[in-house]
Formats: sequence, C-alpha cells, structure tokens
Amino acid sequence: MDIILAIILGLLFGFILQKVGAANPQKIIGMLRLHDFHLAKVILFAIGISNLVLFILLATGIIDSGHISVKASYVGVIVGGAIFGLGWAVSGFCPGTGLVAAGAGRKDALSFIAGGLLGAFAYMLMYASLKPSFLFNELGGKITLATTGNDKFAVLLPGIPAIVVAGLIAIIFMAIAWKLPDNEKT
Amino acid sequence: MKSFIFQKQWSWRASGIALGLAFLLAVALVKPIGVSTQFVILDGMAWDLVYNDLIVKDSSAKKGYSSSNVYLNKSGGKYAKNAATPINYSFIFVIAMIVGGFIAGRLQSDKESKEAMVVPAIWQSKFGQSPGKRHMATFVGGVLVLIGARLAGGCTSGHMMSGMMQTSLSGYLFTIGTFAVAVPVAIYMYKGVE
Repeated sequence: MDIILAIILGLLFGFILQKVGAANPQKIIGMLRLHDFHLAKVILFAIGISNLVLFILLATGIIDSGHISVKASYVGVIVGGAIFGLGWAVSGFCPGTGLVAAGAGRKDALSFIAGGLLGAFAYMLMYASLKPSFLFNELGGKITLATTGNDKFAVLLPGIPAIVVAGLIAIIFMAIAWKLPDNEKT
Repeated sequence: MKSFIFQKQWSWRASGIALGLAFLLAVALVKPIGVSTQFVILDGMAWDLVYNDLIVKDSSAKKGYSSSNVYLNKSGGKYAKNAATPINYSFIFVIAMIVGGFIAGRLQSDKESKEAMVVPAIWQSKFGQSPGKRHMATFVGGVLVLIGARLAGGCTSGHMMSGMMQTSLSGYLFTIGTFAVAVPVAIYMYKGVE
C-alpha cells in the first residue's frame, strides 16, 4: 500500500513542481535575484495555505498527529542552509527540482544530479568528524511554533491555540504572496 | 481543464494551491515530503555494490541493519536499511517524481528551445552559450547543495515546505540561512542582466 501511495504522490508532486515553474532554473534565478516573483508568490501561498489547512485538519482529528515529523534545530541547519543557498544560486536547482527537471529533459539537471551524488557521498565520509563539532550544537531541538498534538515535539508558543498561530502565519504569508509584484516574464 | 494539463506554467495562485495540496496530501496519507536523503540512499546502494560489507544485517540494530559508515548507521541504521531495501516509500516516491516531471514535460504544448534545455537563457546572457561551462556550474552547485542539505538535515522540500507547513523552527532557520546567501549571490552573479 505504501509503495502505491509513493508512486501516486511522487508522480503528482513531480508533475506539480514542473507546472509551477520550480524545475526551471530560469524561474529560480529570477526569484533569487528579486526580478521575477512568480515562484516566491507560489511558495509563500503554498506554505500559507497548507499551514492553515494542516492545523485545521489536526484540530478536527482528520489528520493523525502521528504523521507529523519535525526536524531538529541545531547550528548546522543554518550553516547547511547557507551552503545550500550558495549552490542553489549557482545552479538554479535544488534536490527535488533538479530530479524533476532531469525527468522533463533538462540536460544541465543531469550534471547537477551527478554533483549532488558526489556531495552527498562527501558528506557521508565527513559526518563522523563533523558530529562532535559546534555544527551539531542544539538550537531548540525538535520544536514547532504551534501545538501539533504530537507529544514527541516541543512547542514554542504553547499558551496560544495552535489554530491562531497557524492562522496568523497563513494570513501573513498569503498577504505577502498577494502583494509581491506579478511581473511574469517567461 | 485541457489547458491546465498542457499549458507550460500555471498562474501563481493555481500553482500555490496545487503545491500546498501536494504537501498536505503527503502528510495526511503518509508523512511529510523530503527528497535530499535519497541522494545518500542511492550513494549507499552503489557503494554497497562495490564494497559488500558496507551494510550488513544486524538484529541488534533498531532497524535491523548496520553499517561501517557512521552516517548510514545513524538513527539505528535507518539509512542503512533503506539503502539495503530499495523498494521503500521514500525512494520510490523520488523515482516517481522524476517520472512526474517527464510526463509534465512531454504533455507540455509550448516546448522550450533545445538550447534553453541545456543552458538557461539567463545564464546565456551572462556567461555565454557554452554547455561545458554551464555543466561545470551545475555540477559544483549540486555538490554544494547536497553537502548543505545533508548538514542541515533537509532541503527545500523537507525543511522549507514541509517544515514551515508544520511551523517547525528548523524550517524557518533553514530558510533564513538559505536566502541570506542565495539572494546576494544571485544578484551579484547576474549583475547587469536585464
């Protein structure tokens, strides 16, 4: 059953990434150099809407809070994000969109994937020596802003109802998405 | 509906809703979407083919597998297990993504030029038409992206989208780190391009 879901959800996600323009390095670079806000609007709108609906479905019990999976916060999240950002700007691809772009026939995505496999391999070799460093100093651990209902994860704002936190974030994100200029250049 | 399937790119509103629903559907049915781990899993599979003793069955490990590589061995041999058993949810999901991209590309009515499928127009206008130069940049970019994603424990999918959707602090930290570097670098790299 899991494998069938993997196929359906993976196909859908790959199809959507291509259709929203995320697998097009032209659009990624346009966003990062603040020239073409199409993708920024898409990402902000997507996070806003999924954030709101997720917490409504969690509150009503339609989504099992056991499905929530929160990643830890530590120094390496920010440092890794920065290294990721450098590679993202240079290539115009991220791991998921690079794979989708290769599927859609972009040749430069193939060299990106080859580089990605080498980078992941290098990290596998470096991990043992990086592990004791400051990079893995905790910055809050597995923590969310809003209460998810899953006891495995700590909450930053436990006093405020989750739906209020998620709702406010959703409004802010969707408002920014709406306000950013729609200077579509394809 | 027809143009929705065949058009090259959706409006930002339709795109945002579709993308948001994809992330939501995944967490509702299975778990949050993540991609970058699968680069490690594929490396692990290849490495285990060449060097048979890399991943071994180990009943004392939480996941039933252990590895001499510390990274594959972490979290009770979670990655070791996934590399040893390729037919698992996360790996098949990523393979299906590639097929999803292929289908969308094939059905696209308005195709891009052959040149732009190797060297994007914006790259051409700054760095020329040489495919070699472009491949060099995407290769180096790929190395950096995956080292960064693995150090951070996730990428745009796992941290930025799935993470911020769940209001996870790590999603916000990753996004701040990413854009703090990506935006100035992209502006500088493409300075003077219309």
